[in-house]
Amino acid sequence: MAEEVQTHAAHHEAPSGWVRKYVFSTDHKVIGIQYYMLALFSVLVGVGLSVLIRLNLAWPGTEISILGTLFPEGAPGGIMTPEFYLAMLTMHGTIMVFFVLTTAPQGGFGNYFLPIQIGADDMAFPILNMLSFWVTFLALAVIMAAFFVEGGAPISGWTAYPPLSALGEIAGPGLGTGQSLWVVSIALFCVASLLGALNFITTTIDMRAKGLTMMRLPLTVWGWFVTAILGLLAFGVLLSAGVLLLLDRWAGTSFFIPGGLVVSDQAIDHTGGSPLLWQHLFWFFGHPEVYIAILPGMGAVSHILATFARKPVFGYNAMAFAIIAIGAVSFIVWGHHMFLSGMSPYTAIVFSLTTTAVAVPSAIKTFNWLGTLWGGRIQLTTAMLYALGFVSLFVSGGVTGLFLNQPAVDVYLHDTYFVVGHFHMIMGVAAIFGIFAATYYWFSKMFGRHLNEFWGKVHFWITFVGVYCIFMPMHNLGIGGQPRRYAELTAFDFLQPLVSLQQFISIAAFITAAAQIIFVANFVYSLFKGRVAEMNPWRATTIEWEVPSPPPHDNFGGKFPVVYRGPYEYSVPGAEEDFVPQTAPDARGSTG
Amino acid sequence: MILAVTIWLITIVSTVLMVGKYWWFPEVASAHGGDLDRQFMLTLVVTGVVFILAQVGLGYAVARYRDGAGKVANYTHGSEKLEVIWTVATTVVFFAMVIPGQSIWADLYLAETPEDALRIEVTGQQFAWNIRYPGPDGEFGRLAPDLIDDEGGNPLGLDLSDTAAQDDLVLPIMAIPLGKPIELLLRSKDVTHAFSVRELRVKQDLVPGLLIPIQFTATRTGRFEIACAELCGLQHYNMRSFLEVLSEADFAQWLKDQAEE
Amino acid sequence: MERAKFIFALVMAGVLVASCGGGGGDAEPAADEAPAPAADAKPAPDLSQAGSVAGKVSFGGTTPKNARIRMDADPVCVKEHSGIVRSQDVLIGDDGALINTFVWVKSGLEQYGFDTPAEPVTLDQKGCIYTPHVLGIQTRQKLQVLNSDGTTHNVHPLPRNNREWNQSQRAKGKPLVRSFPRAEIMIPVKCNVHPWMKAYIGVVPHPYYAVTGTDGAFSIENLPPGDYVIEAWHEKFGVQEQQVTVQASEAKEVSFEFSG
Repeated sequence: MAEEVQTHAAHHEAPSGWVRKYVFSTDHKVIGIQYYMLALFSVLVGVGLSVLIRLNLAWPGTEISILGTLFPEGAPGGIMTPEFYLAMLTMHGTIMVFFVLTTAPQGGFGNYFLPIQIGADDMAFPILNMLSFWVTFLALAVIMAAFFVEGGAPISGWTAYPPLSALGEIAGPGLGTGQSLWVVSIALFCVASLLGALNFITTTIDMRAKGLTMMRLPLTVWGWFVTAILGLLAFGVLLSAGVLLLLDRWAGTSFFIPGGLVVSDQAIDHTGGSPLLWQHLFWFFGHPEVYIAILPGMGAVSHILATFARKPVFGYNAMAFAIIAIGAVSFIVWGHHMFLSGMSPYTAIVFSLTTTAVAVPSAIKTFNWLGTLWGGRIQLTTAMLYALGFVSLFVSGGVTGLFLNQPAVDVYLHDTYFVVGHFHMIMGVAAIFGIFAATYYWFSKMFGRHLNEFWGKVHFWITFVGVYCIFMPMHNLGIGGQPRRYAELTAFDFLQPLVSLQQFISIAAFITAAAQIIFVANFVYSLFKGRVAEMNPWRATTIEWEVPSPPPHDNFGGKFPVVYRGPYEYSVPGAEEDFVPQTAPDARGSTG
Repeated sequence: MILAVTIWLITIVSTVLMVGKYWWFPEVASAHGGDLDRQFMLTLVVTGVVFILAQVGLGYAVARYRDGAGKVANYTHGSEKLEVIWTVATTVVFFAMVIPGQSIWADLYLAETPEDALRIEVTGQQFAWNIRYPGPDGEFGRLAPDLIDDEGGNPLGLDLSDTAAQDDLVLPIMAIPLGKPIELLLRSKDVTHAFSVRELRVKQDLVPGLLIPIQFTATRTGRFEIACAELCGLQHYNMRSFLEVLSEADFAQWLKDQAEE
Repeated sequence: MERAKFIFALVMAGVLVASCGGGGGDAEPAADEAPAPAADAKPAPDLSQAGSVAGKVSFGGTTPKNARIRMDADPVCVKEHSGIVRSQDVLIGDDGALINTFVWVKSGLEQYGFDTPAEPVTLDQKGCIYTPHVLGIQTRQKLQVLNSDGTTHNVHPLPRNNREWNQSQRAKGKPLVRSFPRAEIMIPVKCNVHPWMKAYIGVVPHPYYAVTGTDGAFSIENLPPGDYVIEAWHEKFGVQEQQVTVQASEAKEVSFEFSG
């Protein structure tokens, strides 16, 4: 590996005390692992909640005595109430979107690998980085507390539309203290994400190794970089919305509450606000958030497909520009969540067309992934299986977007299970598949040991078939007219033919959720007993594979890499090996 | 190969779920509903083709290019020609599908309401629907929030000192005449709700502080369920009413019956 | 490898502690279980020479017409009734008897402490109507809410002085059992699924209360001798109060007349 002796500003000594080393660490790798673990904890909670959700949907009124003990108010006698269902639903959505899909790909893998892949010894602002994690941690602690306060967790959904979320307990249980904790948690999360975004952007712009031009960046870095820009522009808006909502709740302001409301016979003493203001602010954040969740996954999948197809990424420039295009357009499409919200119907047409435009770069990405596979020499490692699963899910979840972006079709499908199926497919499981692919790919680098491939594949097969069984039929539920966020299907005649399908989905969900135990067991076991990993087990080209597993404190031992070529030089004719590292000065790949 | 077969099987099952129509739309009951369904079917065909081609291609690539002895990967960085082709192709196909469909939306939301439309006000509250007919004078009377009394039978706070209010009829259920343009005026007492009737292909949020009009014409008689489609609180799943489409004569009789004290 | 173990253990433990510990710390004891006010320390009254207050509440105005209640959105409710259902907000019996007036001893008992009765007070939901419409309960006494209907209700008391709650109850579901720790006249109870449904609960710190029946009569028994303020409350006509002195073993007559 070529190197450059470097006098970098961000260089800092390895700390010695264990608190500075493992808890309040400024090392991007430790922070990356902390984020990942936080996401792992959160995803287990989130999946647990989804099991309860599925149980209540398919078999309402089932008695589970342990629930009665844990939540005497939400599930008296062990039977879930509709309000408990909605609390679980709100927390499932919030925890998954914020604490899993936003933290694991960006805070976790991005933190760990972005500096290494660009040849930097750390992030540009290590202390800010540490602060960013601990504020996220605080946000998680605050939202978890909402489960246990009087009235329980909020029931207003992860979108927390006012006036429901603004009026307090009068509008429903959980909308008092629980809802306040929710807003505080989200506001903290926004602050943390802003800090993180600043760091990612500065690091990518300022700290790239010599020779590493923007168009030589691994596509992972493009994913994280554009995600950080989206985060910087989006989280600030959600933060301000959250502060306004808190003011409405605590200080008697009326940003979101109009005059003349009467709730449960009680006149509400507010006037002049607009519920739509929240929706605009929320979705101005909320739509880019979808891409915050999926862009790092797209980057990782491109990276992994190239590695295991032993081929350069097909259309690298198109892939990078598609990421930028998706990011840019994502800021002018938020209105497609609001076609039926009462906003001007003229704007609906504009938002419909901008949303259609997102489909184009998304299609470009899919074509190029197929192009990357075409003519390759595909090695079906677990990481590769998950990357291929991602492509399949991305297509399945993507095409249904072309129904929902049409306001006329959305009149029927809006707020039905068609939407639930669509967004779970694409921002839920596709993004999770990106995370799994990255985990199976990079675990060895992060922990110096391999995950077990056999159990990894078992995990993949159950999960892959499982998620299709869960989320595909949801589109049919939506076509049948099933509204989302219904605690049970008992109240309407037209829902009765859909019960059997809901039960099928629930069974698939239980099996798929149980299969995640395999992953957790594999993860914990491999952490301590896994096969020891060499430096470059996948024979890959990018810089993270040129450092030990795990890398030392400053990644490169003070000898910084120099980059000579693009990131995905696989199967170069005439080369000694079927990969040529970015840092190899010689085109034949000899590292001497 | 197993992966390819699995992906293809998933594709086949997904396609069958859509083509077989086992869980499907109810028979349409409104004038615009047919256009909406046709636009849905057009979209289903276009996206279905994209879906099938992409999944089959993915499965094929995995099966065909699986690593094996003596295989060499094709060293290529892509093709600008292909990039241009599929960028232009997807742009043309997607926009050609989406743009004409906007006319259905325009008919529903941008068109002038016909002069002879029957106006009915719909007010949501946790967790009930209040349907108000203007009565013989054709005018909705004044509402005063401080007169609201659910228990005393005045859920909207109808101000009877206003003569226009005296013949207003407030009901928990709705009936409409067949074939006559209907304009609903949607409002809410407390939080955001959404009015939806599957058969009519109608859905619209009820936003506190706003009065939102929607229009449609029913094309077949029947009794349909009104469901709330926007999370409004703990009994959201139970916020139900009925909409009955009656012949003009039956509707007139129904109104008369309901007006009895 | 040591590093990995450390981080794993620390982070998982940290998150768990923060969530459970943090949650536990935030969980205030529910108001229902809040420690009882110092009433227990006060002596029980001497009832050996107890008297009583009884009388009638009547209405002098023109009887208002009760509005028609339309239950058509829930066929289960409709089935429970034949003919037109009317509002229960003002019910006048024979001779202008004002039904559903809550009569209670407003003051004069402050020096006494009272045991909380063990048997619960029952509020039933039947035919999508609360039975009884007006009821009294002692502080901390158990309120048992039944659902005899084949449809789902939500039980939503709207107190000013006690904790608000709002709970769904399935068709023929298990009884909800709650209590109110603080005195309050009156707590409205509402079902949001059937908005016409309303009940009123008078929470008093002693057992001296009554609700007028179809004859407008009430009777408060076993009252120790003393000076009292008796209050009558009606949901539409407001409150009236009267000063009375009850001598040893005296049966005092008190009447109220509301005029609307």
